[in-house]
Amino acid sequence: MIGSITPGEMEALRLSLEVASRSVLFSLPLAVLVAWVLTRAHFPGRTVLDAFVHLPLVLPPVAVGYVLLILFGSHGPLGSWLRRHLGIELAFSTAGAALATAVMTFPIMVRAIRIALETVDRGLEAAARTLGAGPLDRFFTITLPLMLPGILAGAVTAFAAGLGEFGAVITFAANIPGVTRTLPLALYTEMQSPSGDLPAARLATISIALGLLGLVLSELLARRVRRLLGR
Amino acid sequence: MLKATLLKRRDGFTLRAQLEAPTPGVVALFGRSGCGKTTLVNLISGLLEPDEGRVEINGTVLTDTQAGVSVPVEKRRVGYVFQDARLFPHLSVLANLRYGEKRATAAARVVVFDEVIALLGIQPLLRRRPHQLSGGERQRVALGRALLSQPALLLLDEPLAALDAARREEVLPYLEALRDRLSIPMVYVSHQFDEVLRLATHVVLMEAGNVIAQGSLMEVSLRPQLRAIVGPESVGAVLDGRVARVEANLTDLQVGEGVLRISLKEARAGAPVRVQVLARDVIIATQPPHGLSVRNALEGTITGLVDEQYDDAVLVTVDIGGATLLSRVTREAVAALSLRPSLRVWALVKAVSTRGHAFALGPAQGS
Repeated sequence: MIGSITPGEMEALRLSLEVASRSVLFSLPLAVLVAWVLTRAHFPGRTVLDAFVHLPLVLPPVAVGYVLLILFGSHGPLGSWLRRHLGIELAFSTAGAALATAVMTFPIMVRAIRIALETVDRGLEAAARTLGAGPLDRFFTITLPLMLPGILAGAVTAFAAGLGEFGAVITFAANIPGVTRTLPLALYTEMQSPSGDLPAARLATISIALGLLGLVLSELLARRVRRLLGR
Repeated sequence: MLKATLLKRRDGFTLRAQLEAPTPGVVALFGRSGCGKTTLVNLISGLLEPDEGRVEINGTVLTDTQAGVSVPVEKRRVGYVFQDARLFPHLSVLANLRYGEKRATAAARVVVFDEVIALLGIQPLLRRRPHQLSGGERQRVALGRALLSQPALLLLDEPLAALDAARREEVLPYLEALRDRLSIPMVYVSHQFDEVLRLATHVVLMEAGNVIAQGSLMEVSLRPQLRAIVGPESVGAVLDGRVARVEANLTDLQVGEGVLRISLKEARAGAPVRVQVLARDVIIATQPPHGLSVRNALEGTITGLVDEQYDDAVLVTVDIGGATLLSRVTREAVAALSLRPSLRVWALVKAVSTRGHAFALGPAQGS
């Protein structure tokens, strides 16, 4: 009984992985862009943008889920537009859980990428310039590869955090088995049931193992990339 | 012709420079640290925008603030070798070398990959990563990378400053080879006079953001402004001549109308050679000398005497016929021999005193 994973647990695990991956995949390019803008661009609204990006860090996750529901719910301004024009329904769906996770983990990702961008030697970009590389060329051939360790660190941390996102997901996407019931939601559900002590303990164990595995993998990955960059 | 007139103010520092140098050739920007040399090359490269000014290379205008012209750095075709090499750490040596070459327009391709690799001796390094290179190797690769971007002008900002003496000696011959084999105009920033001595064809002296003297190295070596920078012990006339005769370790150098016997090995008859004759090594005689071991007694005329305000010394300029020597003598000697302008004198120079101060300017022997 302890050795094998039940189908229910498997489903929660799979959903957690899916939600976290989709959230990272969709938010990564945007996070790189926002990090670049916040680090390199100088414009009047920068401080406001910075605060806005970091808002999910200080808001109750339930509030984030609520705002998402207002905006992306089937009657919300963005939600109804998406449904009418693209046929996408976000609320109470796996994609919706991924969106809620992405919003919650966005500040973590932007922060890591920003630190990476700040450590990129601008002298190397200047050297690329003298060698004939224009702005986009420089970004993709010099800046981005040099930021890679930071981007990876940001993505892995956001992924790990995304596996456990609870408040925003349950508020925006609800707790639907097989659709939005990820590991933490399954754990919460078991805790509400009188006979759920053992299943809850098992789910908690899986969460811990997953978290540990993620952190070890990210460290190994970071080491490899650092070696590749000769640091 | 490289022409630049530039004004840049920042953080209480003002750079005001005007320079004009023949191309191809090596223009040395020489001065103490902090005099504005790097700022000047950054303005030429376009990495820094001038407040006012104009930069022109062989008729192509790169910057003209009055006409509103400022060619973007990436389109200037200005190669830049930085003090810290700035190789891309995530790329192999080969990929670093190809980076600029790939982005050069096909029409501009003059510098050939294999030629540069051979010239700089970097074939064995191609597969390595920048962090696996020594300081000297890094600078050679940086040099190759800049050359392969097919520059119309090559800027070198103290490329040897971060290297120890042995590494400097390792890279210097490659720089000499570049000067002699490729016809790419170079601007070479340095605060080491021996580098200027070996590489420069034209010298621009800078101090506190201003150009205080410029001209050929021969001309500038006679200027008092140079003494203030290199110190009195390094003052000496620089002479460019041609090898007239070679005899074991001694070489006869035709300098102007005179012949100077110097200590230089492996010279080739007819080859251009540069020699610096330190002022402290030149003796003045008012009669033709007899029975002396000294190999050079060049007849000439005193053209000037300048009291150095240092150690009771006087700097005497002697025209030896198409070339000028500097001699440092004591005030006492000036009085005793009544040295004065237009006096006929003999300048005595020990051949061995030129050892290590003479350099071949053309391609090395046998190549």
